[in-house]
Amino acid sequence: MKFERYGIGIAKGLTVTIRHLFRHPTVSQYPEQRLNISRRFRGNELVWNKEKCTGCGTCAKTCPQGAIEIVTSTDMTENKYVVDKYQVDTGYCINCGLCIESCPYEALYFSHAFECARYRRSELVQSKDDMLETPERKVSGYFYPDKANKLPEQTLLVEKVTEKR
Amino acid sequence: MATIELNIYNLVNFQSIPPDWPGGFWWHWLFFTVVIIGFVLTMVMGVIYIERRGMARMQSRLGPNRTGPFGLLQPVADAIKVLLKENIVPDAADKLIHWLAPVVAFAPALMIFAVVPFGNGVLLADLNVGILYVVAISSVSTVGIFMAGWGSSNKYSLLGAMRNVAAVVSYEIPLVLAIVGVVLISGSLSLNQMVVAQDVPFILLQPLGFLLFFAAGCAEINRSPFDLMEADSEIVAGFHTEYSGMKFAMFYLVEYAEAVAISAIIATLFLGGWRGPILPPWLWFVVKVIIVFFAMVWTRTTLPRIRIDQLMAFAWKFLFPMSLFNLFITALQVLAGWPTELVWAMIIVNFAVMAILVLVWSKLFFKLGRGRIEV
Repeated sequence: MKFERYGIGIAKGLTVTIRHLFRHPTVSQYPEQRLNISRRFRGNELVWNKEKCTGCGTCAKTCPQGAIEIVTSTDMTENKYVVDKYQVDTGYCINCGLCIESCPYEALYFSHAFECARYRRSELVQSKDDMLETPERKVSGYFYPDKANKLPEQTLLVEKVTEKR
Repeated sequence: MATIELNIYNLVNFQSIPPDWPGGFWWHWLFFTVVIIGFVLTMVMGVIYIERRGMARMQSRLGPNRTGPFGLLQPVADAIKVLLKENIVPDAADKLIHWLAPVVAFAPALMIFAVVPFGNGVLLADLNVGILYVVAISSVSTVGIFMAGWGSSNKYSLLGAMRNVAAVVSYEIPLVLAIVGVVLISGSLSLNQMVVAQDVPFILLQPLGFLLFFAAGCAEINRSPFDLMEADSEIVAGFHTEYSGMKFAMFYLVEYAEAVAISAIIATLFLGGWRGPILPPWLWFVVKVIIVFFAMVWTRTTLPRIRIDQLMAFAWKFLFPMSLFNLFITALQVLAGWPTELVWAMIIVNFAVMAILVLVWSKLFFKLGRGRIEV
């Protein structure tokens, strides 16, 4: 005997909605309440380590979008490359992470910052100085588990977060 | 027995205007008109808040919580916004009808409250045909809505208005037949005397009638799941597509004022109106109205919108026969004198009748359509 055909479905639906009334809402109030994002966040921006970089240009070669532009010159006295220009158009970036994985000297990381909205298209281009690690632009743990362990744990919505009512 | 009859006789002769009321009728009229307008407007603001917050919580959201403490000032903010908005009238519109429609739709919603008692005899006019007046006047809103649909000269507006007329014409019948059951038991058409007669709330004596009235009432005022006439996924916003500014606000007001009015009628007919212990009568009335409105919000959140053919099938193949059964059974019980002597038996029998009828008729309704609802 199927009770769904006797209008019991309506009663079931009503119990579901009334249970939700007394349950915790699953929304978070963003500007006031910031949840921790994933520690292995594949972010919108890149962080570049100036000291470790040798200017080999592997990142630029591996980028499927061609968003990374690197110009180097040779320093004959030190016998190594000098990075003259290093810039990323994050507007083209598809967050695939191939540049980070391919870097042989662990000099490139994703950034852990996620508020990267800009007013102009041109502001999306990261120049050499915009890519250094700062307190606002921390290094994400993507592809580097030891760095991931140092970041705060991700907040899950199942952990009851208190919010403004 | 004789004393009870005497008491009822005294109450029937109760005059709504106290003899020592200064100035007589006109002061009474002025006072209650102001009270009713104030009551409707504050209740509308309250129920908008309850609906938005309650519905949000049922959908695991928070609802408006920015304006004022707990978002309490949200209706005020909406009202100010809508007052300051530009009033746009379409070029091809029938200007006069387009302008008149919101007023014609709003007045009946306000007029219903003239016969709704806030306490024993505390009402604008204790009409001896009160419920008949309610049924008659509540249908006038439809004229306003059809005027809006016609005057906008927009096909979606007209579609929405046509759907509304179809729904009101169909649902008026089970609505009135459900009321007749209550009238038979209370033996009066005056809303005040109906409340006086409710020693046991009529929801216990008329459970099936309550369900029918609730469903038909929701359809009558076009609340979800019967909100076909403003189904935004199909016909933009139905009859008020072409309205903006204060005129739109009027329609918004009508929507909620009608919901409050139907809640008030249900509270009066089935939940014992102003009667209740400890609290003052008007507070009991407001509490009951809010409880009924909350039930409406609850069903609105739960049930998906039905199609126009399902709307008609539900009215004519489900509610109409059920209301006839309900009327017949209630008439037999009244004839046997159950409402005064065998109240507990009537409660048990009527609940059993409701359960059996709903189950059997749901099955039959399903079979008639061969698994499809619409036939």
